[in-house]
Amino acid sequence: MKNVKILGTGCANCRNTLALIEAVAREKEVQITLEKIEDLPSIMSYGVMSTPGVVIDDVVVHAGGVPSRGKVEGWF
Amino acid sequence: MSTIPIEAPTARLSHWLIGLALAALAWFAAYSQLVALADWLVQALGLSRQTHFGEAVHFFLYDTPKVLLLLTGIVFVMGIVQTFFAPERTRALLSGKRVGVGNVLAATLGIVTPFCSCSAVPLFIGFLSAGVPLGVTFSFLISAPMVNEVALVLLFGLFGWKVAALYLCLGLLVAIVSGFVIGKLKMEKYLEDWVQKIQAGQLAPHVGEAMGWVERFEAGWAHVREIVGKVWPYILLGIGLGAAIHGYVPEDFMASFMGKDVWWAVPVAVVLGVPMYTNAAGIIPIVEALIGKGAALGTVLAFMMSVIALSAPEMIILRKALKPTLIATFAGVVATGILLVGYVFNAVL
Repeated sequence: MKNVKILGTGCANCRNTLALIEAVAREKEVQITLEKIEDLPSIMSYGVMSTPGVVIDDVVVHAGGVPSRGKVEGWF
Repeated sequence: MSTIPIEAPTARLSHWLIGLALAALAWFAAYSQLVALADWLVQALGLSRQTHFGEAVHFFLYDTPKVLLLLTGIVFVMGIVQTFFAPERTRALLSGKRVGVGNVLAATLGIVTPFCSCSAVPLFIGFLSAGVPLGVTFSFLISAPMVNEVALVLLFGLFGWKVAALYLCLGLLVAIVSGFVIGKLKMEKYLEDWVQKIQAGQLAPHVGEAMGWVERFEAGWAHVREIVGKVWPYILLGIGLGAAIHGYVPEDFMASFMGKDVWWAVPVAVVLGVPMYTNAAGIIPIVEALIGKGAALGTVLAFMMSVIALSAPEMIILRKALKPTLIATFAGVVATGILLVGYVFNAVL
């Protein structure tokens, strides 16, 4: 079970990222828990500077813009 | 079979290179025929440039393709350039830089580092936490939205390279000096408390990615779709309004209240610009038309800088990290800088 956190203040790109990760995880039948981190102090505690950011099992794997589908598939 | 994974990216790269060469040829061919195209279209529509309507239509049919062509080309190139300047890289370049040199570097990097006002706060705090001084961070934050490729392309397309270069230099100057002044005022205590705590805190290591040229070209194309896809309606609307002003408003109409000799025009332009929130794309075509009718360039550029750099929505976003005193100082210092730019433009040109 992977724990995935999406860091972002609720912009359109953050929602797109969330939807993409959900879709890819379902396709690959990987069990994940998805969390949205929206308050700034928590986002900043990961050291991410451009949103949306993606954190998997407490490791920052992506920051800035919607990740490409290929990249997301690589995580699972 | 093991050669396939190696060959595939090479083939993609050569596809990109051939495609780009063809696109560049088509681009230059189209750009060189703009006047002929507008003349032909106006004639085909049965209009004459001697009439107000014909002149307005010609203005629209010439400026729209020109600006869109320039924008597509430059935004593509900037999309590629930006892949070399991730915010993490810019931060690394800036951390530990002295005040002064740091301000100049920060303002310059503001042009090439990808920036979106929705990321303004994370970026701001990310810089501070890596030891970038507050004033240097502000130089970046002022320059990044104000001196951007869309504004520069439109100024170049509609006014020529001299005005674009002047805007570039003065925009950088405002960012450098404002950041320097804010740094000298020692305003660190006016950051919100949670920000001050993070400053001493930790930095998560960022996973660096190696990028090939195919990815960079793809990023350039994605940038074109994002930026041009977003601003083209504003450009059409702006040029349409500009065309109407161009064709119908009498010559020198603007001179009476936006001319050089009206000393209060510059401050009024700056104040009017603050609550307005639009991008450079929508405002510059209108600016061009106003200038054609006798408005002074400095006054109009001050208005434009104020609209872009001092927007109310961005200040609301920044309020999450800055106390009101610091926001007011930021707005005051930048507004003063823009005022001076307006007066200098009016005096020089």
